[in-house]
Amino acid sequence: MKRVLTPLVALTLMFAAPVRANEAVTTFTLDNGMMVVVVEDHRAPVVQQMVWYRAGSADEPVGESGVAHFLEHLLFKGTDTLKPGEFSATVAANGGEDNAFTSYDYTAYFQRVAADRLGLMMKMESDRMVNLRLSEQDIVTERNVILEERNQRTDNNPRALFGEQVSAAQFLNHRYGTPVIGWRHEMEELSLADALDFYRTYYAPNNAILVVSGDVQPDAVKTLAEEYYGKIPANPDLPQRYRTQEPPQTAARRLTYRDARVAQPYISRSYLAPERNSGDQKEAAALSLLAELLGGGTTSFLTEKLQFDTQTAVYSGAFYNGTTLDKTTFDLVVVPAPGVTLQQAEEAMDKAIADFMQKGVDAEMLDRIKMQLRASQVYERDNVSSIGNRYGRALAVGLTVEDVQAWPDVLQSITAEDIMKAAQDVFRDESSVTGWLMRDGEVTQ
Amino acid sequence: MIRFALTVAAFLVALPAWAEVKIQEVTSPGGIKAWLVEEHSIPFTALELGFRGGNSLDAPGKRGATYLMTALLEEGSAELDSRGFARALEGLAASFSYSSNDDSVDISARFLTENRDEAVALLHQSIHAPRFDQDAVDRVRAQVLSGLASDAKDPRDIAGNAFSAMAFGTHPYGSDGKGTIDSVTALTRDDMLAAHKAVFARDRLYVSAVGDITPEELGKLLDTLLGDLPATGAPLPPKADVTISGGVTVIDFDTPQSVAVFGQKGIDRDDKDFFAAYVVNQILGAGGFESRLMNEVREKRGLTYGVYSYLAPKDLASVYMGSVSSGNATVAEAVQVIKDEWAKMAQDGVTEKELADAKTYLTGAYPLRFDSNGDIAEILLGMQMQNLPIDYIATRNDMVNAVTLDEANRVARELLDPANLHFVVVGRPDGLTSTASN
Repeated sequence: MKRVLTPLVALTLMFAAPVRANEAVTTFTLDNGMMVVVVEDHRAPVVQQMVWYRAGSADEPVGESGVAHFLEHLLFKGTDTLKPGEFSATVAANGGEDNAFTSYDYTAYFQRVAADRLGLMMKMESDRMVNLRLSEQDIVTERNVILEERNQRTDNNPRALFGEQVSAAQFLNHRYGTPVIGWRHEMEELSLADALDFYRTYYAPNNAILVVSGDVQPDAVKTLAEEYYGKIPANPDLPQRYRTQEPPQTAARRLTYRDARVAQPYISRSYLAPERNSGDQKEAAALSLLAELLGGGTTSFLTEKLQFDTQTAVYSGAFYNGTTLDKTTFDLVVVPAPGVTLQQAEEAMDKAIADFMQKGVDAEMLDRIKMQLRASQVYERDNVSSIGNRYGRALAVGLTVEDVQAWPDVLQSITAEDIMKAAQDVFRDESSVTGWLMRDGEVTQ
Repeated sequence: MIRFALTVAAFLVALPAWAEVKIQEVTSPGGIKAWLVEEHSIPFTALELGFRGGNSLDAPGKRGATYLMTALLEEGSAELDSRGFARALEGLAASFSYSSNDDSVDISARFLTENRDEAVALLHQSIHAPRFDQDAVDRVRAQVLSGLASDAKDPRDIAGNAFSAMAFGTHPYGSDGKGTIDSVTALTRDDMLAAHKAVFARDRLYVSAVGDITPEELGKLLDTLLGDLPATGAPLPPKADVTISGGVTVIDFDTPQSVAVFGQKGIDRDDKDFFAAYVVNQILGAGGFESRLMNEVREKRGLTYGVYSYLAPKDLASVYMGSVSSGNATVAEAVQVIKDEWAKMAQDGVTEKELADAKTYLTGAYPLRFDSNGDIAEILLGMQMQNLPIDYIATRNDMVNAVTLDEANRVARELLDPANLHFVVVGRPDGLTSTASN
C-alpha cells in the first residue's frame, strides 16, 4: 500500500514567541518547522539532547515491519563526515552517553553530556538527520543484530510472544497489531533500499522535535539549534500520517498461547480504548485514573477483591497509556494463585469489574490519587529529562505544548462520574481480547 | 544528653569544570552519622538507609528469610495492616522502597517537606514494628514462590544461579537470596521476627540524605527514626572463596537463543590495582559500543544484541563477570570470540589510545551521575558502604587518570585468567558441550 503524499505540507514558518510554564519549560519552532523544547535545570552542568522523529513502526510500509527500528540502529553507522561507529565514539570521548529507541509512533535519539558540549552533539545529530551513508555490509551485519535482539526480547520470552499474539488479535486493521521489532520473516528481508526509503521519507526537520533538558539557557539553545538544525531545509514531500484505522470491532476475541517455558500462567484482557487528543484529553485522563483505581497497587479495587477479600491472585493490575497517535488499549492482568485455574481467575476478574461498575468510585481513594499526582510534579523536578521525555512523546503523537501543560489540570478536574462514564464506554466485550498464557500440555478446563 | 550536640564537618568537592557536591557529615545528638547534601530548590528529601549483611545473614536452613522479611516491611506495622499502611503512604504522597541483596538491606524514602514528620513516623513504624501478619506472610510468600518458579524457566536466571553455585559452593553467595521453593515454603512468622532482629542494628547502619533538609533537621530525624535500633545484629558471614575453574557448562533448555554467563575470580574494591582493573575492563567489555567485546561480537560479526563484562567486587568475595546472548547456531562462535579477546587482552594488554579514550570517557561520564537528589543520595550511601572517604568524589577522576599503560597491562596480565574463565550456556547450543572437569 502506498502512502498518501501531500504536494506541500503547510508548516509553521514563524518563530513563535517562547511559551513559559512553571516547570522552566521554553518552547519555540525553527523556520524550517522543527519544534524545540527546552527544560532548564541548573543544579548540575549536565545536558540531555533528544531528537524525536514523528515516525515509528506504525508508519512503516506493509511488508517491511521492523524497518523503523532497523533504521534506528543504522543511524549509528557513518555519514559523509563520520566513519561507522564514530558518532558514539565521539560522544564517549567527550565523557557522554548516547542511545536511541523506537516505538509505534516515534523514534528518538539522545545523548547525555557536559553542558558545554551541546554544540558538538547538535552538529553530529543534525548531520545524521540528512547525511547518512550505508553500505551493504552494514545491512547484513546489523540485520543479524536486530534478529538477535528479537531473539532476546521476544523469541526467548513466552510472555512477549503471548503479548504479540494479543496485540495482533486486538488490532484488526491498524499497525499497532504488528510488533515494533518486526515479524521475523519480514525482518530477514529488510534491505538497504527499505531503510533508506524510510529515512528519506521521515527524517527531516519539519518531522522532528528537539528536546534539550539540563543546564542550558533557552536563548543559547535557540542560537545553536538555528546554526545546526535551522539550515536543513524542510522536506516538502513529508507525508501526512494517514494510517489504516480500525473498523468497528464487533466480536469479542479469545486466544490461548501455550509454551513449555511458561512457569506462571496468567490471563490478560485488553479493550480498545481512546487516546489523548489535542484539546480533548478528558476521556484519556478519566481512563488514566480508572487504571489507578482498579489496578494501581495495594489499595486498588482488583487487588482488594482478588488478593485480600479472596486469595484468587498473586498479582493483578490495570494499565492504560493514552499518549498514542491512534486508538490504544486498556489492559487488565490477573496472575492466579496456586490451585486457581485460569477459568476461575477470569470469572473472578469479571465479577470484580462488575462489582466496581455497581459500587462506583471510592471518593477517598480518588482524592489520594489526585494528591499523589500533584506531588509527582514536585518529584519530577528532580529529573528534568523525564519532563523532556513527557514533552517529546506527546509532541510526537500530535499533541501540543498547551495539551502537555494542561494535562495535570485535566487530571485534577476529572470527577467520579467522568471515570464511571469512561469505564462504561471502554468495557465493551465486542472490542476485547481475552488471552490465556499456559504451559504446554496444560489442559484448558 | 540534653544539649543538642550536632557536629557538622563540611567537605567541598569541586570536580574540574563540573558541579560541586557539597557533602556534610552530620552526627545526630544520639550519635548516628549520615552524609548530607543540602538542596533546597525542590521541597522534598531523598533518604537512603543501608544495613550491611543482607541476604547473606539468612540463618542455616532459612534461605530467603531476609528477602521475604524485607518485602513484608510495607505490609503492615503497628496499628496499620497492609492496606492501612499503603493508604497512609498514598495520603502523604511519599514513597518508600525496601530491598535486599547479597550484601545489604536498603531502604529508599522520598518525602515532601510539607509532611516530613508524618512520613518519618510512618517509615519508623515500618522498620521497628512490622506486624508480619500471617495472611500477609502467606500472600507475599506466594508472590516470591511465583517469582522463583518463573526464574527456574528463565535462561538468564538459570545461567546466573548455576554460575553462582559453581563459584561459591555452600557460601550464601552460592545460592539465590530469594531462597528455594522448599526453603521459602517452610518459612514461618518466627523466622521473619528472627531475620528482622538479625538485620536491623546500629553497628551496620549507613545513612545518606539529599534535599530540602538542614543538618539540624536531619540530626533530629536520625534520632527519631533510628535512635531506638539495638546496638548489634547477627554476625556477618565469613569471606567466600571463589572456587570456579575454566571450562564450559551447557544446561539444556529448549529456546531459540542461548544465554551465556561467564566469569572468573575478580578483584577487591580496596585492592591497590582496582582502578587499573576498572580501566582495563572498560576497554574490554564495559564501554558500550566502544568495548572490544561489543566491537568484535556485535559490530563486526552481528552475533549478538549485547555483550558485556563487569567487575563485581562484593563484600565477601569478588568475581569478574560477563554475559552474552546469541542464537543456538551462533553462540559457539560468540563464546570463542570472547575467549580469544580475554586471552589477547591478558597477553598483549591495551594500547595507549585505548587507555586515553577510556580515561576520557570515565572521567567525563562520572559527573553525569550527580544530577538528581535521588541519584546523589544513592551514590553517597554506596560510597559509605564501600568504605570510601568523604572526599572521594574529588579524587576519583585523579585516580583514574593516574593509571599508566604499564600498570594497566600488568593488571590485565595478572587479573585476566583465560584458563579459568568459565562459561555457563543455557539453551541448545550447536557445537558446545560441557567440559569434563565441571
